[in-house]
Amino acid sequence: MENLKQILADALSAVAASESESALDDVRVHYLGKKGALTALLKQLGNVSAEDRPKFGQLVNEAKGQVQERITERKSSLAKAALNAKLATETIDISLSGKGQEVGGLHPVTRTMERIETFFRGIGFDVAAGPEIEDDYHNFEALNIPAHHPARAMQDTFYFNPNTVLRTHTSPVQVRTMETTQPPIRIICPGRVYRCDSDQTHTPMFHQVEGLLIDENISFADLKGILQQFLNVFFEDDLKVRFRPSYFPFTEPSIEVDIMRTNAQGEESWLEVLGCGMVHPKVLEMSGIDSEKYTGFAFGMGVERFAMLRYKVDDLRMFFENDLRFLKQFK
Amino acid sequence: MKISENWLREWVNPAIGSDELVAQITLAGLEVDEVLSVASAFSGVVVGEITAAEQHPNADKLRVCQVSDGVETFQVVCGAPNARAGIKIPFAKIGAVLGEDFKIKKAKLRQVESFGMLCSASELGLSDDHDGIMELPLSAPVGEDFRAFLDLDDCIIDVDLTPNRSDCLSLAGLAREVGVLNKVDLTPVQIVPAVTTLEDVFPVRVEAPKACPRYLGRVIRGVNVAVETPLWMVEKLRRSGIRSIDPIVDITNYVMLELGQPMHAFDLSNLSNSVVVRMATQGEQITLLDGQDVTLREDTMVIADESKALAIAGVMGGEGSGVTTETQDIFLESAFFAPIALAGKARSYGLHTDASHRYERGVDATLQEKAMERATALVLDIAGGNAGPITHTVDEGSLPEAMIVTLRRKKLDQYLAVSIDQSLVTDILTRLGLEMVEVTDQEWVTKAPSHRFDIAIEADLIEEVARIYGYDNLPSSMPTAAVNFTPLSESKAQIQALRSILVSQGYQEAVTYSFIDPVLSKQFLPAIEPVPLANPISVDMGVMRPSLVPGLVKAYLHNQNRQQSRVRLFETGRRFIGSVEALSELDQQQQISGLIAGSRYPEGWYHGSEKVDFYDLKAHVEALFALNDGDRPSYERSQCEFLHPGRSADLFVGGKFVGLMGELHPQLAKSLGANQPIYVFDIALDAVLDAQLPQYQSVSRFPEVRRDLALLVDRDVPVSQLEKVIADAAGDAFKAVLVFDIYQGQGIDESKKSVALGLTWQHPSHTLSDEEVNNSVEKTVTALADQLGAVVRG
Repeated sequence: MENLKQILADALSAVAASESESALDDVRVHYLGKKGALTALLKQLGNVSAEDRPKFGQLVNEAKGQVQERITERKSSLAKAALNAKLATETIDISLSGKGQEVGGLHPVTRTMERIETFFRGIGFDVAAGPEIEDDYHNFEALNIPAHHPARAMQDTFYFNPNTVLRTHTSPVQVRTMETTQPPIRIICPGRVYRCDSDQTHTPMFHQVEGLLIDENISFADLKGILQQFLNVFFEDDLKVRFRPSYFPFTEPSIEVDIMRTNAQGEESWLEVLGCGMVHPKVLEMSGIDSEKYTGFAFGMGVERFAMLRYKVDDLRMFFENDLRFLKQFK
Repeated sequence: MKISENWLREWVNPAIGSDELVAQITLAGLEVDEVLSVASAFSGVVVGEITAAEQHPNADKLRVCQVSDGVETFQVVCGAPNARAGIKIPFAKIGAVLGEDFKIKKAKLRQVESFGMLCSASELGLSDDHDGIMELPLSAPVGEDFRAFLDLDDCIIDVDLTPNRSDCLSLAGLAREVGVLNKVDLTPVQIVPAVTTLEDVFPVRVEAPKACPRYLGRVIRGVNVAVETPLWMVEKLRRSGIRSIDPIVDITNYVMLELGQPMHAFDLSNLSNSVVVRMATQGEQITLLDGQDVTLREDTMVIADESKALAIAGVMGGEGSGVTTETQDIFLESAFFAPIALAGKARSYGLHTDASHRYERGVDATLQEKAMERATALVLDIAGGNAGPITHTVDEGSLPEAMIVTLRRKKLDQYLAVSIDQSLVTDILTRLGLEMVEVTDQEWVTKAPSHRFDIAIEADLIEEVARIYGYDNLPSSMPTAAVNFTPLSESKAQIQALRSILVSQGYQEAVTYSFIDPVLSKQFLPAIEPVPLANPISVDMGVMRPSLVPGLVKAYLHNQNRQQSRVRLFETGRRFIGSVEALSELDQQQQISGLIAGSRYPEGWYHGSEKVDFYDLKAHVEALFALNDGDRPSYERSQCEFLHPGRSADLFVGGKFVGLMGELHPQLAKSLGANQPIYVFDIALDAVLDAQLPQYQSVSRFPEVRRDLALLVDRDVPVSQLEKVIADAAGDAFKAVLVFDIYQGQGIDESKKSVALGLTWQHPSHTLSDEEVNNSVEKTVTALADQLGAVVRG
């Protein structure tokens, strides 16, 4: 019995002292192998009294199990240590940048336009497009702006010939839609527009999103509701908005929408962001829509202005310089 | 229009402050651009009189003046050349403060003591005039506070009027509107017909009655143009931005500002026989007041005498017929010209005047006599003289008729989504000057006042009610409409997805102008005549772009010049090819275009600075087409002038040209100043948006077999031909071929290249045997040899 205890103790310390898989194998053979020390004890079972024999057998088997278990444990801990050591040599600098292309970005105007589109698509508006070189009829006449109307002076127009212009707004797309579609009409028309004007705050080309909703019973209240919602959603803010009478030949009543801005000094001021109004009955009639049955509203906004407000761009001309140092700020 | 607030308040004086007044009229649709003070902040300045002026003993340019404030006399040293005895001037006494904090103290200038300062107009913020001290009329009361004397506690309200509200282009009109908004009565100026002391009339003949339905004339003899215009008038004019010229011209301007009626005064002695209102003859010459010579067209109305045109009607007078310092007798004109007759005329001659601005938008057709009497009274009062009777030349049939407009309760409620009390609607309309012809529960039948000729239809009345009721007081709601969406087509891709593809390849989106330099256009596309603008903003923005590429290359150069050598840009937009003479056939196609230059990857720690080449660009183009699984293009050698002939391709889909890609022609790139190769693509947007709905095909459960082939083939045989022959020859189970190496150079014939190909086969219903595959390989190799002379390398 004493002998068993001693052998077990020796075996366990031999396992603990093993530093490699092969050393562990040696220990296993030495104690658990066919000629191993513990195996040898079992062979001596015959020398033990019949009374003690089961007990002794059990003890030897337990010892064997214990040694085997320790060997397995030791093996896995050695493997783990070896793996850790190997991984340690593979350590890299994780602060270095990744490999491959860097991601580019959309132009802030497109980004803004998509944001506006998303809102209006969400409430059931379709997106319509049309030509940029337009005839006088669609750009002016059909919008109740006859030749020599003073309102023509409100928009400095690029001409190709007396009858052909670069569209000064995206309204001709609305006209083209009304000519071919009966209400209900719910569209927005985003796109490039052109005015013959170039200075600090004007570029000869800019972008507009105009919208048109025509149906039975559309009212001024609907116009107010949608635009107020739109401004709050676009700017993610509960904006102070005011609706101010104005004049456009194609709407009546006509409205300009101002939002309240606060500057760095905390001073508040109104800033005009939208023009809109109830579609002028003449405009409906000219495009073949019954103005007794249907009413509607139209609105228009300058995309660059919205982009400037949203991204705090203070120089309009940056939008068209295509300077990468500017463009890369919009990821 | 700029107008003095104090003047406005002479006519209508609601109990509200300036800020509130300004906010109120802005919210009524008369947008106030800005509010300016009429003078800078100053105090302690009085009307002074120089009683004596002597040369400063120690300074050539200074004078020593004795200045009286009516009580005491002060010694003041002054540097102004016009400082002299006998004149009256603004005198800043000791203790006066000019501007924010410039305090006048006792001073010594070159050993002479000075007690105060004599002021120029610019020092008081009255004008930019700093040529010496400001000289006041001799009647100015010495000692009076200068601010009170000139009524300087006033501001200028600058109203930006929309074209429909020309009724407010006068003090009377603005006052009328303010009265309506505040429910306050007006105290307009009293106008009484002048006492005529002459029988003289000057004959008037209107030959264009449709364009000039009403022409009033009056002779006034013996006026003294040498008198000074009264200060109150000069100041009111100044506050409206009009300079004082002489009393007669000032009066005509004043009446225009006050009542809104443009007027003109002729020197009677310069008129021959009679005044004729007629259309100009084509090519007729006139020299205008401002010295400009103008050649007239026959669509332009003139005021003439029997010998020549004297003025462009409603626009500007001519030289030689107006009032001068010699004038004694005048002929006053007060006319109504039809807006349609004058619309656009001033602009067509490059002119814009206060008169043309008003006439084009419209003047009250009943105002002419009132204005004539007002002007006459002012002339007689200020410049003296004797007035003759007014001559009226009127074509009643051509005068505008008062509009009867009906507003229906139903329409009003529907438009505004609220039911406004009948009495309130009636009140608003009445206050605006509309006559109630008939009012019932259902409608208001109204007659518009002559000054509101913009009111013509029901919607105009709805607007007026809404405007006065207040847009902000009207309800707001979200419309309810039947849910109705257009079908979501999957055979058309979204442009957003295309943009995302390029963005993920490192492209920045650009927006370049749609008009470019015609020279640049010719450099890129010599065979295309670009569409020219008639009035471009500048020569280098003179034509519509026939391609997006020149703009992108310009943008590249902009960045290259700013040390940005790795550039990836794309743009979507229209290009313009054709002629505006055939507008419906003009090609305004939407394109998607891109440009890459510089290193393949952003410069980094893990790779070199390997430059992009044709195949980088091709991958991007392929990605655009692959996105939608639409028809893939075929690539043919391009003949495009602006591309490298050996490194460019035209793209065809279904036999139709859809775009091109390749390296910018090295010679062009060099001449533009590019310092590295540039690669561009320009593709019709529709071609890449075209998509196919994916159709599932069952996936084979059996293994794939691959065999590699290395072929020697003539260099000029494109790989696409090898692929085509393989696809045809490799049997039913053939699945795909890929090129994994291309080699030419040492070790093989100079005319040959080695192409390494990996071919795969897979059968949908059984595992392929070696024999089957070998058979296919054999057939393939034979076909390649027969058709393309390709030889399998050992």
